[in-house]
Amino acid sequence: MRHEIRFSGYGGQGIILSAVILGRAAALYDDKYAVQTQVYGPEARGGASMGQVVIDDEPILYPEVTEPDIYVIMSQQGFEKYGIRAGMDAVMLLDADLVRSRPDCRHYEIPATAEAKGALGREIVANIVMIGALVTATGVVSREAIERAVLDSVPKGTEELNQKALKRGFELGERA
Amino acid sequence: MSRTEFMQGNAACAEGALAAGCRFFGGYPITPSTEIAEAMARKLPKAGGVFISMEDELASIAAVIGAAWTGARAMTATSGPGFSLMMENIGYAAMTETPCVVVNIQRGGPSTGQPTRAAQGDMLQCRFGSHGDYSTIALTPNSVQEMFDLTAKAFDLADRYRVPTFLMSDEIVGHMRERVTIPGAVEVERPRPLAEGALPFEAGDDGTPGFAPFGSGRAVHVTGLTHDERGYPDTTDPEAHDKLVRRLVAKVESARRDIADYEVVNPDAETVFVTYGPPSRTVEQVMRDRPDDSIGHLRLRVVWPFPEFALKVFPNARTFLMPELNMGQMVREVQRHVDQPVISIPKIGGELHTPAELVRVLEAYR
Repeated sequence: MRHEIRFSGYGGQGIILSAVILGRAAALYDDKYAVQTQVYGPEARGGASMGQVVIDDEPILYPEVTEPDIYVIMSQQGFEKYGIRAGMDAVMLLDADLVRSRPDCRHYEIPATAEAKGALGREIVANIVMIGALVTATGVVSREAIERAVLDSVPKGTEELNQKALKRGFELGERA
Repeated sequence: MSRTEFMQGNAACAEGALAAGCRFFGGYPITPSTEIAEAMARKLPKAGGVFISMEDELASIAAVIGAAWTGARAMTATSGPGFSLMMENIGYAAMTETPCVVVNIQRGGPSTGQPTRAAQGDMLQCRFGSHGDYSTIALTPNSVQEMFDLTAKAFDLADRYRVPTFLMSDEIVGHMRERVTIPGAVEVERPRPLAEGALPFEAGDDGTPGFAPFGSGRAVHVTGLTHDERGYPDTTDPEAHDKLVRRLVAKVESARRDIADYEVVNPDAETVFVTYGPPSRTVEQVMRDRPDDSIGHLRLRVVWPFPEFALKVFPNARTFLMPELNMGQMVREVQRHVDQPVISIPKIGGELHTPAELVRVLEAYR
């Protein structure tokens, strides 16, 4: 089954990296197909950033996202620019403290940034918390696959922190 | 040992070049091609090669030509405005029969246009962009895997025919990430060496002379002026010019069948899509969603020299449909080779045709 996942937030949160990690998990560790694309604008740190992934069990022909069925939104501006038109059948995970609006579709409030800053002590891993929540809330890739893809993608020396962030995300997603 | 990666098209292009033995890159960064230069800058020195960040695109292609004449596999990568700046020396490479690879990650033009959006607007420029008559080879990948495969193949074609060879990709394929399998080794076919006793620009039946790069022990004079088989200028004799330029064109055009690379789906079809690059993926999606033997697809991986014989694979064709990310460029080539109507489906602005858009056209023309 084809899934189209869109990530949006502000530049600097690791939005694009989140999309790459998810695509990597599906394509390399879950025996699925994935295409990752992103908006290539002059988005500087702070501007609305957007990355997308198509995941399918069969080879992906048309590579672009047309109507995402899963959204991960980590800023108000990101919601307004890339999330506001979500269809009624979509699922949205949003960072509860950074997004004021709520969509009409099914949505889960994930306190990713608060958790990252608080219990984990590093705001920078908020995107990894979000990815963990995404995986348990939607099952779009397996836990094992996402864990391997996260470990591939983070700087050396930060593996433990990122594993903790991912695990916290798993818990938040299960509760969602 | 082959390995599997999840990587960007531009990164796969650099990997393909390295695997094919490219050992020189001269370039100037430009969106959306820059990741190729970045990857080559990181990896070429470790592979024993040379990366030079040149002052501009005129110098980039000039350095590539110089490196090729030392016998190295050499390449540059650019996009629209940089490609335009390279045109004069691309003609020089054609005239001097310099094997080299130029990657163009196409973006919206004209001029600086849309740096971050995709286009296929340089398809005629890569064939006719420099002055005078000549011929070139151009390949059009539609996936990250083909960014690897066709980049490697471009070097073989450039060497075999001693001609500038283009990888005509675009922002969509250059920037998307997909799974790619990188083989442990790629078989490489280098140019045939210049035979003992042969003149440096003396060609056999296939029209391509053997190659004696600088340092090979042979004295070779290289000039962009019309030259004789020794390589010395002969600029006023009509016959000398006629013989040389006809050979430069014929060595590529007469090898169309050998160079051709295309896929055919449903050869009995009545309505036939002709595509190259990413619009092919929209057509493939439409054909998967609506299985129908009356719809066919010819997907070109090599667009120049144009394989007009591939159009004859569809004897029942009543209409050809050609989606391109431009206002209709390669469609002219299809139109001049078939009697049936050829409908251009142009799209500019940076986005790929959607399946729904092609279905609408399909319904209008069936």
